[in-house]
Amino acid sequence: MCLGIPSKIVSVDEIHQTGQADHLGTRVMVNLALLDEARVGEWVIIHAGFAISKLNDQEAKETLDLLRQIAAHE
Amino acid sequence: MNKKGAAAGPGPYRDKKTIAALLRVVEERRRAAGGPSCRIMEVCGTHTMTIHRYGLKKMLQDVGVGLVAGPGCPVCITPNDIHEAAIRLVTERENLLLAAFGDMTRVPTKIGSLQKSAAARGSRIQIVYSPAESLESARRNPDKEVVFFGAGFETTVPAIALTAAKALEDGIVNYSVLSAFWVIPPPLRAILESGRSRIDGFLYPGHVSAIIGPQAYDFVAEEFRRPGAIAGFEPADILLAIISILEQIAAGRPRVANEYTRVVSPDGNPTARAVLDRILEPKDAVWRGLGRISKSGLAFRPAFAAADAEKKFGLKLGSTDTELPGCRCGDVLKGLIEPPQCRLYGRVCTPEKPHGPCMVSFEGSCLAFHKYGTPS
Ligand code: SF4
Repeated sequence: MCLGIPSKIVSVDEIHQTGQADHLGTRVMVNLALLDEARVGEWVIIHAGFAISKLNDQEAKETLDLLRQIAAHE
Repeated sequence: MNKKGAAAGPGPYRDKKTIAALLRVVEERRRAAGGPSCRIMEVCGTHTMTIHRYGLKKMLQDVGVGLVAGPGCPVCITPNDIHEAAIRLVTERENLLLAAFGDMTRVPTKIGSLQKSAAARGSRIQIVYSPAESLESARRNPDKEVVFFGAGFETTVPAIALTAAKALEDGIVNYSVLSAFWVIPPPLRAILESGRSRIDGFLYPGHVSAIIGPQAYDFVAEEFRRPGAIAGFEPADILLAIISILEQIAAGRPRVANEYTRVVSPDGNPTARAVLDRILEPKDAVWRGLGRISKSGLAFRPAFAAADAEKKFGLKLGSTDTELPGCRCGDVLKGLIEPPQCRLYGRVCTPEKPHGPCMVSFEGSCLAFHKYGTPS
């Protein structure tokens, strides 16, 4: 099951490539070995306990702007 | 809304007014695309859930866009011989712990389901959320064989492969993986080549694409001239992707659009792909309903054979005639029928008493129809 809602990294253990993330207010363990690098404060998509992708803030903002434009225009 | 929420919260993606506005755009673009209707395959099981949960299927049908589910549920497309092998492991071998994602334990086979099987002495089933938990169990139970029944697409497989490699690295010899590893592009080719199901475009999976990248589907646009778009999991994401597909049809220029740029980078996730490539190699594999498809599965490379449960326990896999009579999951997965067209749907086969995997899995099409009462 893919959860589309991103989680925020709250701690990173660089030696073990693991960390903790906040997912909708719940602390979850996350394995970070599938990302190049991960920093505290970044938003990631977690799948089966592994972070598989980072959320791109700029792109997220653009999509939201587009949605708002469409909603306003109609 | 605060800054964090703006990036993460689903709010605007589900907002009713936004959805209504997007639907009007869909309707307009649908007309511009010409023809009486258009049929789009959603490849990912989680998309199927979003589509039914928010009633998008009906709304889109009303504006001439038909959606058909594809082979995007790993629990569903894993053929029964692998499920049966998992059941045999835990019922015939003593002191074996079989770990699996929850859905996998409820799939009915000719010899029952994992969940309802009587485990051998000292053996049991453990439901896990992450493969990492199964490795932890192996560390804590050195006297037991721990087998992780790992099924998944490119999204899940890197996590499982990495866990298996970690077990070998750490010298944990009582750990192995019964693999049902699938890759998404080959079945799309198989479906298009068979030509049995009319498909005018594809909604590509969000998180598989986060790993493999948009270029993995280039052949669909180039060889088969079908448009497509990668979509996220919110209703607005799906509609944005459908708008892109309709625009491609209208322009006569099929491509692979990315409407989930906040998560899917133009190159996917090369780190995860390198993990896959280091540990696994392509193999021909049998999909439920679709049969054997060239290079559609992944197997452990020889260096990782010690973590391969198939080798470790001498399992014989690959037979194709183990489906339960009457279940038409295979046809559902190919987009040939919709679940209500199965004779058993809703009567013999319900979420409480599923007769096939498509009614078991949270990503299964039959469950999505049933749960949200979608008409055919
Ligand atoms: S309704 Fe049940 S029996 Fe029919 S195809 Fe779906 S899972 Fe199989």
